[in-house]
Amino acid sequence: MHNHARHKAGHGVKLGSLGKKARAEIVGLDETGIATPLQAGELERRLIEMGLVEGAVIEVLHEGFPRRDPMAVRVSDHTVALRRAEANAVIVQVIEE
Amino acid sequence: MTHHKPPPPPRIALVGNPNCGKTALFNAMTGARQKVANYAGVTVERKEGLFVSPAGTRVKVIDLPGTYSLRARSPDEEVTRDVVLGRMEDEEVPEAIVCVADATNLRLNLRLVLELKKLDRPIILALNMMDEAEKQGMTIDAAELSAALGIPVVPTVAIQTGGVQALLDQIDRTIQVAETEGFAPVHAQCGWSEPNAHDLRDYHREVERIIALSVTSPTRPHLATHRIDTVLLHPAAGLAILLTLLFLMFQAVFTWARLPMELIDGGLTLVKGLVDANMADGPLRSLLTDGVIAGVGSVVIFLPQILVLFLFIQILEDSGYMARAAFLLDRLMGGVGLHGRAFIPLLSSFACAVPGIMAARTIENRADRIATIMIAPLMTCSARLPVYTLIIAAFVPQRDVLGGWVGLPGLVMFALYAAGILSGLIVAFVLKRTILHGAREPLLMQLPAYRLPRPRNVALGLFERAKAFLTRAGTTIFALMVVIWFLASYPGAPEGATEPAIHYSIAGMIGHFLEPVLAPIGFNWQIAVALVPGMAAREVAVGVLGTIYALSDSGDSLRSSLGGLLAASWSLPTALSLLAWYVFAPQCIATLGVVRRELNSLVWPAVMFVFLTGLAYLAAFTTYRVAVAVLGG
Repeated sequence: MHNHARHKAGHGVKLGSLGKKARAEIVGLDETGIATPLQAGELERRLIEMGLVEGAVIEVLHEGFPRRDPMAVRVSDHTVALRRAEANAVIVQVIEE
Repeated sequence: MTHHKPPPPPRIALVGNPNCGKTALFNAMTGARQKVANYAGVTVERKEGLFVSPAGTRVKVIDLPGTYSLRARSPDEEVTRDVVLGRMEDEEVPEAIVCVADATNLRLNLRLVLELKKLDRPIILALNMMDEAEKQGMTIDAAELSAALGIPVVPTVAIQTGGVQALLDQIDRTIQVAETEGFAPVHAQCGWSEPNAHDLRDYHREVERIIALSVTSPTRPHLATHRIDTVLLHPAAGLAILLTLLFLMFQAVFTWARLPMELIDGGLTLVKGLVDANMADGPLRSLLTDGVIAGVGSVVIFLPQILVLFLFIQILEDSGYMARAAFLLDRLMGGVGLHGRAFIPLLSSFACAVPGIMAARTIENRADRIATIMIAPLMTCSARLPVYTLIIAAFVPQRDVLGGWVGLPGLVMFALYAAGILSGLIVAFVLKRTILHGAREPLLMQLPAYRLPRPRNVALGLFERAKAFLTRAGTTIFALMVVIWFLASYPGAPEGATEPAIHYSIAGMIGHFLEPVLAPIGFNWQIAVALVPGMAAREVAVGVLGTIYALSDSGDSLRSSLGGLLAASWSLPTALSLLAWYVFAPQCIATLGVVRRELNSLVWPAVMFVFLTGLAYLAAFTTYRVAVAVLGG
């Protein structure tokens, strides 16, 4: 699964780097290099379960405090809150308005 | 002769994502009285109810904790997994599963349905909140959905009368089919195995295909939630609103509850007067007035305050605000190593640490969970309110500060709560830096759409609270008060005694025995007596003081209120020291018991007891010494 994710990842940016109101399409998931107490592969599975999966269109709705963390992201018809650290496992392609 | 027991009723398990209205549906089906909330994972206990189906079958319903997957990430979700897989001890696998889905938000729910289908058991999909979906202009083709999923699909509106009729009819049909085909063997091998990322992507693609076939996007999407969140999740305004809300909550506990409390006080005085006027002086009259009315009465009087506190918590939960509070505080709480999700258990702990500690089950990581549990008793629970209120009323003058906006008693109360919170954060910080260190669990939490709390649900919740509190006052606390009255009355004073009789009683002896240990922190023997039963229930301490001082009263002073008595017999440093003690208050037996059960360990409750008692003693000692130095003994 990782291979598939990585090969698309080259074109995108990390979800964790996006600012408010940014819209983007998810192009891959890559949890390597993310500090987490979870087992390998677990973060990826949880992200998919919350709808953060290739092809989904997202929009950054709200940002927390301080350091604009965590972030609230609309994914199709629901809203997910996540920290930027983990959002960095989601590779997106920004949709220009 | 052998008795044929009737076969056990068929069992239905309710499974669904958090916030899909599963608990509301459960209430609608069974009429059971329990909490309906909007925060991810509030249904931490297994809830069961019975209903009679339209065809006359008795059916048992189990309401399971909300989950996105059977891959159980938290102890909470493990319950759901174990029940539907039949892995739970003493628990047969349910005959059928009702998968509850929020119709306005189908994707994540349908993914769970696909996973549940692997179990190879009868499944019904209940499309809940259909009214909301229609309002948004969505069309859902239930027949198409049913054909695509290969299971029956019924629309429901849990909060409407008759809104679950179609579901009940379908349950009848499903049970009938299962009966004619014979129920599947109880521990049948099922086709479910933990899905990997590849399987999950397949599920996801399948869901997208099915949605394209049967669901149209909303033509009038619900924008209110986004607009409200623009303010409530604003980094500055949102935090300010959250703090204001909490502050208002604690002010309301005082101002709203004042009138009903005065009424209860008046009623108690009236009853005491009646008893005094109509009964001959003797042990029985003393038991009634000094033991029951002074003791139990001084606890019951706090019912209005506890209800106001729960009213706020219930409304915050039902409206969906709790998840926002977790969002707002995640980063700040992360500073001391706590998870944003710890906010909910901690806020519940202001009502009572026991449900608070149980709510910590939604925290997936064990270290994060232990840290949250360990500081839960530092959040001032409602049982400590009576102690605070009594002492504040007796020692803090009723004065307006900050230009009349805030009363001084309310401000002192807020400071006490703040002291608890602050020390909790410090303890968490130390724990997470030492024995419980490690990275935090990811947040990954859905922010549900805001919903107007249903007055009926809120009223039911408060009614349950009042009932539980009064039952406790009528049983545990009543029994303790009778025992205390006895200990405080016998043996009587010897001939030619100079002190009030209680001085010579068993309670007096215990108090005098403990006094040397507590003297350095300014506690007298009356307080020492009150602290012991206070372990069983903190609020009893107030009742004990009520009884002791009622019995100590020589009779020439006719002060009716306990507060007045205390103001006359305690020094201010002693009062402040007792307040400081109660911020940490070595918690009640019930709290220690639930910690032992939740963490399945004897070590953690022991650690908790020792560190809380140590902190309490230290805080009381410091407060007393500083107060004596500043104010004079």
